[in-house]
Amino acid sequence: MDVRSYDGQPSGHAGPLLQVTNLKKYFPVRSGLFSNVSAWVKAVDDVTFDIKSGETFGLVGESGCGKTTVGRTVLRLQEPTGGDVLFEGQNLFAMDARTLRATRRRMQIVFQDPYSSLNPRMTVGSIVGEPLKVHHLAKDRDLTDRVCQLLDRVGLRPDHYPRYPHEFSGGQRQRIGIARALALNPKLIVCDEAVSALDVSIQAQIINLLKDLQAEYCLSYLFITHDLNVVQYLADRIAVMYLGKLAEVAPAETLFSDAKHPYTQALLSANPLPDPTVKHERILLPGDVPTPLNPPSGCRFHTRCPHVMEQCKTTDPPLIQIGKPDAGHNVWCHLYSG
Amino acid sequence: MSEAKDLTDDPNQSAEELPPSETPWQESLRLFRKDRLAVVGAYVLVLLLFAAVFGKVLTEWVVVFDPEVVRLPEKFLPPLTFSSPDEVPAHDRPFGGIYLLGTDELGRDVFARMLQGSFVSLSIGFIAVGISLAIGILLGGLSGFYGNVRFGVVTVDTLIMRFTDVMLCFPTFFLILTVVALLPPSIYNIMIVIGLTSWMGTARFVRAEFLALRKQDFVVAATSVGARDRRVIFAHMVPNAIAPVLVSATIGVATAILTESGLSFLGFGVQPPYATWGNILADGKGFIFDAPWLFFIPGMAILVVVLAFNLVGEGLREALNPKLRRR
Repeated sequence: MDVRSYDGQPSGHAGPLLQVTNLKKYFPVRSGLFSNVSAWVKAVDDVTFDIKSGETFGLVGESGCGKTTVGRTVLRLQEPTGGDVLFEGQNLFAMDARTLRATRRRMQIVFQDPYSSLNPRMTVGSIVGEPLKVHHLAKDRDLTDRVCQLLDRVGLRPDHYPRYPHEFSGGQRQRIGIARALALNPKLIVCDEAVSALDVSIQAQIINLLKDLQAEYCLSYLFITHDLNVVQYLADRIAVMYLGKLAEVAPAETLFSDAKHPYTQALLSANPLPDPTVKHERILLPGDVPTPLNPPSGCRFHTRCPHVMEQCKTTDPPLIQIGKPDAGHNVWCHLYSG
Repeated sequence: MSEAKDLTDDPNQSAEELPPSETPWQESLRLFRKDRLAVVGAYVLVLLLFAAVFGKVLTEWVVVFDPEVVRLPEKFLPPLTFSSPDEVPAHDRPFGGIYLLGTDELGRDVFARMLQGSFVSLSIGFIAVGISLAIGILLGGLSGFYGNVRFGVVTVDTLIMRFTDVMLCFPTFFLILTVVALLPPSIYNIMIVIGLTSWMGTARFVRAEFLALRKQDFVVAATSVGARDRRVIFAHMVPNAIAPVLVSATIGVATAILTESGLSFLGFGVQPPYATWGNILADGKGFIFDAPWLFFIPGMAILVVVLAFNLVGEGLREALNPKLRRR
């Protein structure tokens, strides 16, 4: 089985696979007779990170912090408000429709909800085969063969080919979604809460499948989730997001052993440990997450931070590197600026 | 490789145990069949379709039932009366020598006229609805998919939907009356006018469906694999938006038939001597006490057909309702 046989042009590009710089996505709030913009929801504000080839980059945060918006905007499934995304060195946001469609072959997405992510009126075969058809990569017998190979690779059977999505369980549907994403031999797959809707045993199977596929095809994942245990197991590096901004980026082990940002520390302390005899202190944050419609000035976390200082309320925290520059541990917090 | 295979969600489920496959349409058909009234309605409609086709053939091309022969000696005969050979010349006698549904005030065969009228009614219903669907799907689809495109201060969506609102404000029947009074009264004008004044519901339906579908993950997925707008719309959105449109179209045919009957009854519709159910009814209204079958027969025909269309429409609504299906 050689699913990689029609790889796109090999990129001679040496830098990170994906480089996101100052990404911004604001949603307009419209009201009135002519739908005038009355306010902006700053869902993603100045997010910068990069993903290396073959790496799993975890993006964690609580509901509504903008994780999903980052994932979709990075793939330009939504038009960005500002910033740049370089994919294999090319700027996605500057591409015309044609180049963009060609580039989409090398980046794909797996969705959270396995029920709404598959067209109920198409067979599994045509769902998985659609990417190949759209890019004229295979047809007739060739297409059928290739789709069967893909189904086999994600743990489904070729006799599932003519069936409809409603005949499958959640886990199987998620496999169909993964097969569709794999069809074009992408370099990057954005997994948008890809295992969150599944129950724990199925979750483990899908996570293992994703790991196997990564090893086999040298994939990079942008793994978006709210489940810390999942990223701990999967991710090489993890970014923590709060209210549209990054709080901390670090290699997985560093983040779990030596978190610097107060929000990360609170988040980790809320994560249940498998061993009930181990005592750990919960850091309880006061209040609720503020609305992104009107985010706090300065550091967005200052309204709930246990270590809040005067300057947090007025100035945006700068990026601080912890440890050696090549350790890759960055934190956006005034606590470490002195 | 083998490891991935072992991961199938239900290891007990082997190839032989797969339930028989069922396409979404097969499933809808199964649900539709459960609704007895709707099935009866469907049979009535099939019967009507046959009547309309045979009516067209047998009254115009191979004239077996001639709706236009005037036989003054045999006027106002009740249904199932035999024609007497003494009073009517042989070539004017009805098929089989019997007036199945009686004769009218000029001695014309009501059965032949009803047959001719069934084709008119049905074709007006279908073509008018066809026109209204075409306009409704186009405008609703534009508004739902490209609604955010801006022309100066207004969006495409605002433009189209406000126009739809304006169209909805007209009292449709009087608008049709006015237009038909100005145009030469031909069957085609009536089809077009009915079609042009009944697309608003469809447009709103399609827009609502499109707005909901655009946010669905499978539509986003289609974009992310690099499908063009055309493919996203016609392969992914239209098939999923068509169900409620189909339901409203079925009921729309009934409405169009009623409208045409109403127009013909008022004398603005299809002109005599061409028979439609509406003008047979209108001709019969003067003789309600002397020849009740003259209004009873077309009246019942209209009632039964409109009822059948509505029953089928309701049945389809139930059968296509996503809440009733298993996921």
